[in-house]
Amino acid sequence: MAQFRQCPDTGLFFHKEAENLMKANAVAGVVCLLIAGILALLVVLTRWPAVHLLPADTFYMVLTAHGVCALIFWVIFFEIAILYFAGSTLLRSRLATPRWAWAGFVLMIVGAVMTMAAIFAGKSSVMMTSYVPMRAEPHFYLGLVIFAVGALIGCFVYLGTLVVAKNEKTYEGSVPLVTFGATVACIIAIFTIASGAEILIPTYLWSIGYISHIDPAMYRLIWWALGHSSQQINVSAHVAVWYLIAGVIFGARPMSEKVSRAAYLLYIFFLQLASAHHLLTDPGLSVEWKLFNTSYAMYLAVLASMIHGLTVPGAIEVAQRKKGLTNGAFEWLRKAPWDNPVFSSMFISLVGFGFLGGISGVVMGTEQISIIIHNTIYVPGHFHATVVIGTTMAWMGLTYLLIPVLFRRKMIMPQAAKLQPYVFALGMSLVAIFHMAAGTLGVARRHWDMGFAGNPLGFEYPATAYLLMGIAGVGGVIAVVGGAMFIVIAVGSLVFGEKLQKEAGLLQSFGFPLADSAYTDEKPARLPMAPSEAVEAHHDESSFEAPGTFILAMVLLVSFVIYYFINWKYLSEVWGLS
Amino acid sequence: MADENNTDEREEEKISPWQQMIDNPFLLLFIGVAMPTVFYTLWGVMEIASLPVAPY
Amino acid sequence: MTSFLPPAQKNWWAVPVGRQEIIWIAIALVWCLIMFFMMPLWHVYGNQNIANEAYKVTPAKYQAKVNEMIEKYKVREETAMKIPVVAPPDGADVYLLARLWQWYPMLELKKDVTYRLHLNSIDWNHGFSLQPVNINIQVVPGYEMVLNITPNKAGEYTIVCNEYCGIMHHSMLGKIWVKE
Repeated sequence: MAQFRQCPDTGLFFHKEAENLMKANAVAGVVCLLIAGILALLVVLTRWPAVHLLPADTFYMVLTAHGVCALIFWVIFFEIAILYFAGSTLLRSRLATPRWAWAGFVLMIVGAVMTMAAIFAGKSSVMMTSYVPMRAEPHFYLGLVIFAVGALIGCFVYLGTLVVAKNEKTYEGSVPLVTFGATVACIIAIFTIASGAEILIPTYLWSIGYISHIDPAMYRLIWWALGHSSQQINVSAHVAVWYLIAGVIFGARPMSEKVSRAAYLLYIFFLQLASAHHLLTDPGLSVEWKLFNTSYAMYLAVLASMIHGLTVPGAIEVAQRKKGLTNGAFEWLRKAPWDNPVFSSMFISLVGFGFLGGISGVVMGTEQISIIIHNTIYVPGHFHATVVIGTTMAWMGLTYLLIPVLFRRKMIMPQAAKLQPYVFALGMSLVAIFHMAAGTLGVARRHWDMGFAGNPLGFEYPATAYLLMGIAGVGGVIAVVGGAMFIVIAVGSLVFGEKLQKEAGLLQSFGFPLADSAYTDEKPARLPMAPSEAVEAHHDESSFEAPGTFILAMVLLVSFVIYYFINWKYLSEVWGLS
Repeated sequence: MADENNTDEREEEKISPWQQMIDNPFLLLFIGVAMPTVFYTLWGVMEIASLPVAPY
Repeated sequence: MTSFLPPAQKNWWAVPVGRQEIIWIAIALVWCLIMFFMMPLWHVYGNQNIANEAYKVTPAKYQAKVNEMIEKYKVREETAMKIPVVAPPDGADVYLLARLWQWYPMLELKKDVTYRLHLNSIDWNHGFSLQPVNINIQVVPGYEMVLNITPNKAGEYTIVCNEYCGIMHHSMLGKIWVKE
C-alpha cells in the first residue's frame, strides 16, 4: 500500500518511497557539487596566471575530476531527484518500482565512487572526454558505465511512474507542463546514456585488453552524443524548473500550453543533434553532416529556447500585471521578490543562460566560426554560463524551494541566502565572460601553463590575455565563495534548520523515512486541471499581454545579432582556408 | 473549446494529432532516440567509415 | 492556473495562441533561418571554410611522407633539438605531424600563396591552434585532414596544442614563419 503525506504549506503530496529517493538523490548531488566546487577552486587558482598553484600532473588530475564530478555526477543525481518529483509528487502518483529506483541509486553511487577513485589514484587524468587512444584505468570507464546504468534505471522508473499515474488516473487531462518538461529531459537522458554505453563499454573492454583498437574518430563522434546530450538533459530540466518556480512564486500559468509544449517538442526532435558542435573542425565529416547537425536542423532547437525565453518571463509578467503591477513596462520586474533566493536564482539562471550561454553557444556552434573558438578557453567560458549559471543556479533555486517542503526544515541563515545567488552569479559571470574573452585571444583550454615557461620555442599570448585570465581567476574565487554559501545554507538547514514537522530528524534529512505517523494510506484526491477562467482573460488580440518581456526579448535578439556578426568579422580576418 | 471545461469522452475525439503525440511519452521517446541516432550517429559513422585511404 | 497543474483545457492544442507569441516566434524563426543560411553562403562567398578532404592513414605511412618532404625542402634547423624547417614550393603539399609533444617539422611559407596543409597525429588527439591568428583544428590520429591554407600576413606564428594530450601537453609547440 503506497503511503502519502501532504505538505501542509504547499498542498503537495509526497509518496513515501519517492520522497526518500528524492532526498537521497538530491543529497548525493549536493555532495558531488561540494567536491566539484573544491576542485574548481584548485583549477581556478592554477589557471590564474599570477597564482599558478598546482603542479602540472595534479592540475590535470584535478581538472579531470572537476569535469566528471560537476558535469556528470552533480547534474544527473539532481536530475533523477527532479524526475521523481515531477513524476510522483506533481502527478500525485506513487512511484513505480521503488526497489528498482533504489538499485539504480546504489549503482550510481558505486559508479561515481569507482570513477572518482580511479581519477584520484592518479593514472586516469584523461579529462572528462577520455579521448582514445589515451588510456585511463579500466575502472574509470567501468564506473561511468555503472553510473549510467543506474541513471538509466532512474529514467525508466520515471517512465513507469507516468504509466502508473495514467492508469490509476491520478490526474485529469494532460500532464502538467513541468512534468512534460521532465519527460523531455528523461527522453534526452535515455539517448545520452545509451550513447554512453555504446562507446564506454567497448572502451572499457579495450582498456582491459579484450578489444585491440577503438577508432579515435568514431570515439569522438559517439562520445559527444553522450557528452553534449548530457548537457541538453540539463537544458530541458532547468527550463522545467523555471516554469515550476514561476508557477510557485507567482502563480504564473504558461502563456500558452501549446507554444510551450511545441517548443519542448522541438527539443525532442532536434536538440541532441548539436553534439556536432564539438566535431566542426574534425576530419572526415562532410559539410552537409556538419551543417545539418550543428544547426539542430536549421536552428529549430534554438527557436525552441528563444520561445521559452519569452514565455517563462512572459508568464511571470502576466501574473504580476494581474496583481496590479501594471505601471510602465517593467514595474512587474522591479517589484519581483528579488530577496527571495528561489526567485533570484531562477531569474538569474534564465537571463544568464539566454544572454551569456545561449548566444555564445549558438555563435561557437556555427560551422565556420568554430575555427576561431574550438578548444580555446572560450569553450569552458560558454559552458560555465549554460551549465553553472543556467543549470546549477536553477537547481539551487529549486533546493531553496524544497528544503521546507521536501525536507521539512526551515532554512537557516536567511540573510546569507538572500545574498548567495548574487555572489555566485557575479563570480560565475566573470568566469564565463573573461574566459570567453581570453579564448578569443587564443588561450587554450585544459592547459597548465599559458606562459610556456622554459620552452625553447617560446611563445607569449598578448598581455591582455593574462589580465583576462586574472579577472576570471578573481571571478572563480568569488563563485567558489558563493557556492560554499549555498552548501553551508543547504546542508546546514538539513542538519540545524528548525523542524517544520516533529518527525523530520537528522537521518530523515538524508533519505531515511519519516516516522510512519507522518503518512496516511489514503490515496490523494485526483489532481485537478488548472481552473479555466484564468485562461480566457487574455485573448485580447490587439495588445501584448507581456510588453516588458517582449522588450527584453528584443534586447536579447539585438545582442545576439550583433555578437553573431562580430564573430563573422573576426573570422573573415584570419588566413584563407578552404 | 476555450469556453468550456468539459470532460466528456466526446471531447477526446477532437484532440489534434499533435496533442496526441505530445501526450504520448513512448512515441516521444521513440522520436527522441531515433532522430539523433539516424541523423547524428548513423550518418556520422557512415561518413567516417567510408573515408578513402590516403593515396600514397 | 499554474505550470504544475494539468492544462485548463483537455483540448489545449486548440486554444488560440496570443499575438505576442506568434510575432516573437516569427521573428525568431527568421533569425534562425538567417543563421542557417549564413553557413552555406560562407562556403560560397567566404574565405574561411574547412573542406571535407580527409583520408585514413597509418602512422608509418604518414611519417614516411613527412620525412620525404623534409628531405626535399629542408632549409635549416632550429633549436638545440635540431628540428628541421621546411620551405615548400608554392602550392605544394605540406605534411605537418603532431606527436607527443611536438609539431613536426617547422614550416616557412610565403604570404598570399596557397598550400595544401596535411594534418595528422601519429599517437593521440592533438589540437592545431595557430597563434596569434587563432585558427583551431582538431587533429585525430589515423585521419589525415587536408586544408588549403593561404597566409595573409607575414610574421612568426606559433602552433599551440589545444587538445589535452598528457602530462607535457602544455609544452607542445610548433612554428610557422610567413615571409613576404
